Amino acid sequence: MTAAIAIRGLTKTYRNGVQALRGIDLTVDTGDFFALLGPNGAGKSTTIGILSSLVDKSDGQVRVFGHDLDRERGAVKAAIGVVPQEFNFNGFEPVEEIVINQAGFYGLPRDEGRRRAGELLEALGLADKRRAMARELSGGMKRRLMIARALVHRPRLLILDEPTAGVDIELRRGMWQFLREVNQAGTTIVLTTHYLEEAESLCRHIAIIDEGRLVERSSMRALLDRLHQETFVLDLAQPLDVAPVLPVLGVRLSDPLTLEVDIARDRPLNALFAALSEAGIEVKSLRNKANRLEALFLSLTARGAAAECRDDGAPHDPA
Amino acid sequence: MTPREQFNAFNTLLTKEILRFSRIWVQTILPPMITTALYFVIFGELIGARIGEVEGFRYMDYIVPGLILMTVITQSYANVVSSFYGAKFQRHIEELMVSPMPVGLIIAGFVAGGVARGLIVGLAVMLVAAFFADLALHSLFLLLAVALLTAMLFSLGGLINAVFANSFDDVSIVPTFVLTPLTYLGGVFYSVSMLPGFWQQISLVNPVLYIVNGFRYAMLGVSDVSIGASLGLLSLGVMGLFLWAHYLLRSGRGLRG
Repeated sequence: MTAAIAIRGLTKTYRNGVQALRGIDLTVDTGDFFALLGPNGAGKSTTIGILSSLVDKSDGQVRVFGHDLDRERGAVKAAIGVVPQEFNFNGFEPVEEIVINQAGFYGLPRDEGRRRAGELLEALGLADKRRAMARELSGGMKRRLMIARALVHRPRLLILDEPTAGVDIELRRGMWQFLREVNQAGTTIVLTTHYLEEAESLCRHIAIIDEGRLVERSSMRALLDRLHQETFVLDLAQPLDVAPVLPVLGVRLSDPLTLEVDIARDRPLNALFAALSEAGIEVKSLRNKANRLEALFLSLTARGAAAECRDDGAPHDPA
Repeated sequence: MTPREQFNAFNTLLTKEILRFSRIWVQTILPPMITTALYFVIFGELIGARIGEVEGFRYMDYIVPGLILMTVITQSYANVVSSFYGAKFQRHIEELMVSPMPVGLIIAGFVAGGVARGLIVGLAVMLVAAFFADLALHSLFLLLAVALLTAMLFSLGGLINAVFANSFDDVSIVPTFVLTPLTYLGGVFYSVSMLPGFWQQISLVNPVLYIVNGFRYAMLGVSDVSIGASLGLLSLGVMGLFLWAHYLLRSGRGLRG
């Protein structure tokens, strides 16, 4: 099957001399839900900008569903829907008008655009705001408006650059569900996000870019399997004075009622609970301490390593 | 895009542009009508009565074509420069840039919007003029051709201005320091034959003179320059500015990183 995205040797140097991309090779399979991660300034938005024809590449080859960006730009554009990081609609236009116009720019007749806009605004919970001026919407509603606009021409590839930035958790989960359904219906999705929990929850494959280079590209499962240990937080029924001895990699008492245990990923939890019962320790609840992907992300990116150094108390330049 | 899809895309951009200036008609359509009425009262009724006839026409009737065309020029230019720069400033120009619309079609959509505003407001001003002056028509074809080409030319000029503009100040520089002087010195209120020989020669360098006189010929049948020169200049200007605008948008000047 033709790849949704095939990028070879992609470089970008801006006029001010900043090298945003230093030779990226990346393939995204058709139908995938793909996370493109990286620290701020890593090159994610530049990559998305090139794919969506908002940024000119310096060198390299980009193909979208087999269409070459240099030779078949029209076909590439028709295949893509983009949700950018910044709001980029006319705040003085009615919500419905923005979506209908975008359908028109892709060549759809106005009646068809109106019908599709109605469906999408309904699905994204914006039906009652369709006649409101876009500037009157809340931040979360504006994000959903941009998703509706990006989908109105039914693209085969949806690119979302930080789609849930500044969106509250309840709404974010609603958007996740919507995006899962869009993906299940056959649309390939590429997502950048700073919420690593979002990438872990939604995406099947992942790439991490750092300083303009690809530092990781694998399936989410394979990546997470590389983690050797997990940390669990146990809420205790009775307070403890000292951390008990348990058959795990590490035990810490963060406060008298909270115990943190590090456990090897390939070990079952039964031994831990047996030891806790034997010691007479009653556990009220248990949760995974940190987002697992976050730990990997930090270890794979240069800035993550630098942050870890600083946390360790290593000397560093004052800001 | 298929021809049908291209038509839908063009129609969408044109409708969007017409809705934009119609929504703010108090800012876009009404002021030129009031300004023109004031011109007629001051220059036509009060001062014009003392001037007498120009080229065999009452002064009031003589200045009508120039005032209408001045409106077409300023309105078509203002529409595209403000719309395109506003879209650039608010970044919703990206809605067009990510779409498969060819560059030529994007230019055509914006220009058609500018032409629509220029001609609608020009028609409104013509209606106002009918209250003060006797409207004449020498050639309907020339009237439509000159008005249309003028609106296209200055719409393209507005688009190019917007591409280069980096602030709202840049949007007003050309209309204030270039267009207004050229228009006022372009024979709207007088015939160049009334000027001394040296200034007559200088005036012939002003392109607006040819455009105003082309329109005056279409209405009154008199002109300081040949109608062929007027139509030729307009046609060449439209082609030249379209190619320039096409090059700028295709190269992503001021739009793409």
